[in-house]
Amino acid sequence: MRSKFWPTVATHAVLLAYAVVALFPVLLIIINSFKDRLTIFSAPLALPFGDAFTLDGYATLGSSAHFELYFLNSLLVTTCSLVLILVVSSMAAFALSEYKFRFSLLTSLYLSIGIMVPIRLGTVGILQLMVSLRLVNTLWSLILVYTAQGIPLAVFVLTAFMRQVPRDLKDAARIDGASEYRIYLLILPLVRPALGSVLAISMLPIWNDLWFPLILAPSEATKTLILGAQTFLGEFANDYSAVLAALTLAILPPVFLYVIFSRQLIRGITAGAVK
Amino acid sequence: MRKGGRFPVHILVFLGPAVLIYTAFMIYPLCDSLWLSLNNQASGGGQIFVGIQNYLALFSQERWSAPFWNAVRNNVVFFVIHMVVQNPIGLLLAALLVSRIRGSAIYRTILFTPTILSVVIVGFVWKLILAPSWGISHTLFSIVGLSGLGDYPWLGTESTTLITLSLISVWQNVGIPMMLFLAALIRIPDDLMEAAKVDGASGWRIFWKIQFPLILPTVGLIAVLTFVGNFNAFELIYATQGALAGPNFASDILGTYFFRTFFGYQLQPADPFMGSTVAGVMLLIILVGVLFYLFGWQRRLQQIQF
Repeated sequence: MRSKFWPTVATHAVLLAYAVVALFPVLLIIINSFKDRLTIFSAPLALPFGDAFTLDGYATLGSSAHFELYFLNSLLVTTCSLVLILVVSSMAAFALSEYKFRFSLLTSLYLSIGIMVPIRLGTVGILQLMVSLRLVNTLWSLILVYTAQGIPLAVFVLTAFMRQVPRDLKDAARIDGASEYRIYLLILPLVRPALGSVLAISMLPIWNDLWFPLILAPSEATKTLILGAQTFLGEFANDYSAVLAALTLAILPPVFLYVIFSRQLIRGITAGAVK
Repeated sequence: MRKGGRFPVHILVFLGPAVLIYTAFMIYPLCDSLWLSLNNQASGGGQIFVGIQNYLALFSQERWSAPFWNAVRNNVVFFVIHMVVQNPIGLLLAALLVSRIRGSAIYRTILFTPTILSVVIVGFVWKLILAPSWGISHTLFSIVGLSGLGDYPWLGTESTTLITLSLISVWQNVGIPMMLFLAALIRIPDDLMEAAKVDGASGWRIFWKIQFPLILPTVGLIAVLTFVGNFNAFELIYATQGALAGPNFASDILGTYFFRTFFGYQLQPADPFMGSTVAGVMLLIILVGVLFYLFGWQRRLQQIQF
């Protein structure tokens, strides 16, 4: 048996080195957001202790931008879109996995176009549509677009999972006289892990998007957190403590969501790719 | 199952909402865009059908074609850097993580962190770090003994800006190939590797002779995902360099060019027709990539397997 010591050390060394590369920029921003201007420049690698500690950056942030409004907008858009995606996609996936009907294959193929074709390429059409529906500068425009964007992959993943639910279960319910709608409600809890994965993979692209808020809802009242941060960072480019504070606040929500949903996220990424 | 007759109502109820929203807000706008790309502003207002003239203008009329081909060239460079830097690093990290080393779940979580952040945040973070005015890059380069490179304006110089931005994007997105490679590697049964080990094969040989051939389908999938993602990229360039993709358009890619064309920017008026034309070309590029993957790569692999 060969010694496994050196290979193990080498593996740890590479992974550790890359972990530093991955985390260092983020930590650097967070640490410096709590320091005063002088220390940010003179000792960027120092920790924010003693005299250097200050919350000035956060104060500027609070007084010059409506971040709490932006945050609520992001929260509202993301939550509504996710609920819509989960409800309509699970219904469609149930129909596609449960029934054999004319055009069922065609419907599946039609819905899967959107997995590979980015919705962004239809932006000119989307903008015109939103103008004619009078939805520009409303959160609804974002919710509808994000729902349409999320449906293809969600249907694809959920159909694959729903196919695995045993037939006997559904047939037993049918014999008991349950309607098809009731059977759908019966199946839902059984595919909860799949719903969790879909939730996790759909969440971050919506929360992090800049393109559609910039084009469809750039007004002050409908800005999302990312668009708000983008505008703020552009305006205050030279106020380092404010910029660092804004970046830190913008980093926190996705990290928070990631900590909660990392298991579902990882499973979702791999399920979407494998199926 | 009912035979013939009317289409069952409950199936319509189940499919209706998803198909309607998807059709109204994705497929219809896409088709509308393609239609707009075949039209142009009529002299008396309104629009007029012009066939493929917009496309010809985009390809050959100096005013459109110069920035267009510049964006295409830059986008190809952007993509190639992802293919040769991001995906091999992702594969390396996945291969290390799959060896069931202690703490591999923690490493995996940490290495994926940049991927969950908004591109806007990532862009600004790196812009700050690379800005000579802050001096942090000077400190960092000094630590590795290259202090001369620390004050170099990586993002502000025409010759280095695109490569720098590509590498920032690689830094952020390396988590995706890593996760997909890892998932593929985990599915390979241990027996195969154990048998090779008993026969005295080295880890290096086992990887290239057993594990890598078995994850070829994932290699293709990652290539096509990278392709689609890169030819549709926008945010990183917009957040760090603005819509003008400076300096002097050195970092302009199709996404930023598309944005400027249809949305208008500073002196350039918004042009929905030419904007749709740029989107049409992007769609074509992406479709060629996807079809090549589906019919070239996957078909080939199936022939090998059966």
